[in-house]
Amino acid sequence: MKIRIKRLFRTMFTVITLLMIFASVAAAQGSDPTDDEVNAIAKQLYCPVCENVPLDACGTAACEQWRGIIRAKLAEGWTDQQIKTYFVNQYGDRVLAEPPRQGFNWVVYIVPLVVFLGGIFLLFRGFQTWLAANQESPGKRKNSRTGITKAPSEEYKQRVEEDLKNRKKL
Amino acid sequence: MAADVGFGSLLITLIVSIYGVVAAIYGERNKKIEWVLSAKRAMALVFPLLTISILSIIYLLVTDHFEVVYVSEVSSRTMPLYLKITALWGGQAGSLLFWSWLLAGFTSAVTLRKWERDQELLPWVIVVSLLTLAFFVLLSVFFENPFAQYWQDANGIITSFSQPPNAIPIFPRDGSGLNPLLRHPGMIIHPPMQYLGFVAFIIPFAYAMASLITGRTDDRWIQLSRRWTLWAWLFLSLGLILGARWAYDVLGWGGYWGWDPVEISALMPWLSGTAFLHAVLIQEKRGMFKQLTMVLIILTYNLVIFGTFLTRSGLLSSVHSFAQSTIGPIFLVFIALTIIVSIWILNLRWNDLKSRQVLTSYFSKEALIIISVLLFLGVLVTSFWGVMFPKISELVTGQKVTVGPPFYERVTGPILGGMLIIMVICPLAVWGYASFKHLGRLLWKPFIFSLGGAALAIYGGFTRWEAVIAFWLIGFVLAVNVFELARRTNLRKRNEEATWLSSLLHVIHKNRRSYGAMIVHIGVVLMALGIIGIELFQTETQGTIPTGGELSVGSYSMTFDRLDVFDTDDGRNVARAVVSVVKDGQVIEEIYPRRDFFYDSGQPMTIPGVRSTLVDDFYVILVDWKMVTSDSATFKVYHNPLVKWLWIGAWVFILGVVIGTLRDKENKPVTVRSK
Repeated sequence: MKIRIKRLFRTMFTVITLLMIFASVAAAQGSDPTDDEVNAIAKQLYCPVCENVPLDACGTAACEQWRGIIRAKLAEGWTDQQIKTYFVNQYGDRVLAEPPRQGFNWVVYIVPLVVFLGGIFLLFRGFQTWLAANQESPGKRKNSRTGITKAPSEEYKQRVEEDLKNRKKL
Repeated sequence: MAADVGFGSLLITLIVSIYGVVAAIYGERNKKIEWVLSAKRAMALVFPLLTISILSIIYLLVTDHFEVVYVSEVSSRTMPLYLKITALWGGQAGSLLFWSWLLAGFTSAVTLRKWERDQELLPWVIVVSLLTLAFFVLLSVFFENPFAQYWQDANGIITSFSQPPNAIPIFPRDGSGLNPLLRHPGMIIHPPMQYLGFVAFIIPFAYAMASLITGRTDDRWIQLSRRWTLWAWLFLSLGLILGARWAYDVLGWGGYWGWDPVEISALMPWLSGTAFLHAVLIQEKRGMFKQLTMVLIILTYNLVIFGTFLTRSGLLSSVHSFAQSTIGPIFLVFIALTIIVSIWILNLRWNDLKSRQVLTSYFSKEALIIISVLLFLGVLVTSFWGVMFPKISELVTGQKVTVGPPFYERVTGPILGGMLIIMVICPLAVWGYASFKHLGRLLWKPFIFSLGGAALAIYGGFTRWEAVIAFWLIGFVLAVNVFELARRTNLRKRNEEATWLSSLLHVIHKNRRSYGAMIVHIGVVLMALGIIGIELFQTETQGTIPTGGELSVGSYSMTFDRLDVFDTDDGRNVARAVVSVVKDGQVIEEIYPRRDFFYDSGQPMTIPGVRSTLVDDFYVILVDWKMVTSDSATFKVYHNPLVKWLWIGAWVFILGVVIGTLRDKENKPVTVRSK
């Protein structure tokens, strides 16, 4: 008797679990994705025809069709990543808002960074050289009240001379 | 007849330009001033000559001469008069001619000043300006003739200016009409401002080149071209702002800047031009970085040509692809030549441009400004690389990629933060020397006030950490500037025993350039407020609702009252929704998002309905409607916090530039009598 009840409970548990799984799958398939859910993915995609216009903002028939595909895939229970991968497989990396970080594409991320860091390095080195030169050069007076160093008159004269010299070359 | 007159005048302009270049070089080499003066007269003539061409094309547009290819492509009978006129810059050939006409205006204006004191620069200013003009006129004459007509021969329809053998002219009944996106009042001003900004930068470049060629490496060229540079910067800034506003009003995606390649091509000369303006300050005040100033103006000129090339060559696809053709290769040759020649000339004078002055402190004004120049160049390098990479990738790997907004925003966000920090310190820093202690003494009071900015951000619900820091920095910049202005006004008031207002006006009036800059920076931080609001806190929703239905976003909701569909006299079919904006259960405004369909071009245009306040914008787009089958319509609704500050800041910015272009009021000479 005990074994029978146990078996009954086990069967019931199995049936209920299976029913719950079926119900959740059916619910996932049957649910109608909202426009916002579609746009959340469309925002991250670019169709090859209307370059540089994100899919969620594009009014062309082709983009309307793409949004329809996203809606259908969402209704089938696909994840955001699966949908994006689907479009990449169909049309290539250009559908993504940014080049994927792999292979040659790394160049797009690295070059501006290297140039910018190079600029910072050059500027910093320049600052250090100038400051060192400034400390070595005698004759600087610091106005104790304002904290401003006045350029010595020799230096000023030199600059005037330099400008005048250049003027004579004409 | 009008086409003949227009084209004839275009051809004469080309000849006169080339003559001007040759005469200027010949006169300068052989020291024959009459030849240089003749070249100057040629330069003065190009503007009236191109004006004849422009008037001819306007006449053809206004009088519906659809046998002219350009007229047929950009105009139609139903278009209103003002659009027929603005169609002048609505397509490739017309916009190139318009570009040349504006440049001719600037080059001719240059001849009006008194040249006695700077006569040695004149021939080379003529050569550089007229060579650039000749190049663009040449494009119009040989590649993009706006006066070409339709002809028919045995093989079909051909386009040519002169009548081909065995061909007869054809007269289409109507034209295709202007691209709907361009039928917006903003389009009347945006392209001309953009072009004016572009072409005006050619004049400072001409002065810089003349200065390098003649070896006159003092600051004179900067003094002479300062106004031109500021005007160029003003127009370019206005062009960018109006373009952003047009995008917000017409393109219907809830934003104002999409990092589109053509937007970037207009931004790049602005960035290098802004860096140039800052570097010039250091050269003027401290005689430093002369080489950098030259590099920046050469860069700006080439980016102007490159920007025009990107828009006009068809190399890049973009939302701006109203005008494309196959003039790419000749553009590339011109850009390559100008880069090679200008760098060669710069190299010849490189040592003459060296300065004996050195930086004396990390906190001096020049040090801070040079860091800001580096930041501008950082955005420039990223923008340039982002625009070029898809083509490079295609060439190297054969794979097309998109470089979209996330790429640029990752860089511009932190750089904007860096700029805000510099804007906090810079107004208080002094030329030559400043210590951290000295700055600290001046900064503590504004610092306390700036905390109010952060508190305001948190109170207003802008609680993301980036926003709190940004609000704090914005508050800091505003406080520093207000304190500095108050300090100087107070000093004047105390010394002169005047009223507050008269002291304030006097302080600004006496030093327009410096206060112009201050106002520009205040404009920038106000714009930053708008940018942070929309970029970090924009929310949106889309939904299909029946008449009487409701859609909510943020603290607002909208009710769809009705939809009217009707035809207009100017050839549009308009679907116009009447939408009530509801807040706290009260209807606060009625707005009218609509979709215009243009019969002639077969294209639609989406105009959003917007309720705009200082706090936020409620922005509604009519996406679709099915009134017959289901009595419903689809709307996309955006909540854009603080975006109005972007436009307010922009106008403050422009006001600052205008004040900066005014001459400083000079002190009257004081006569001292000896007893």
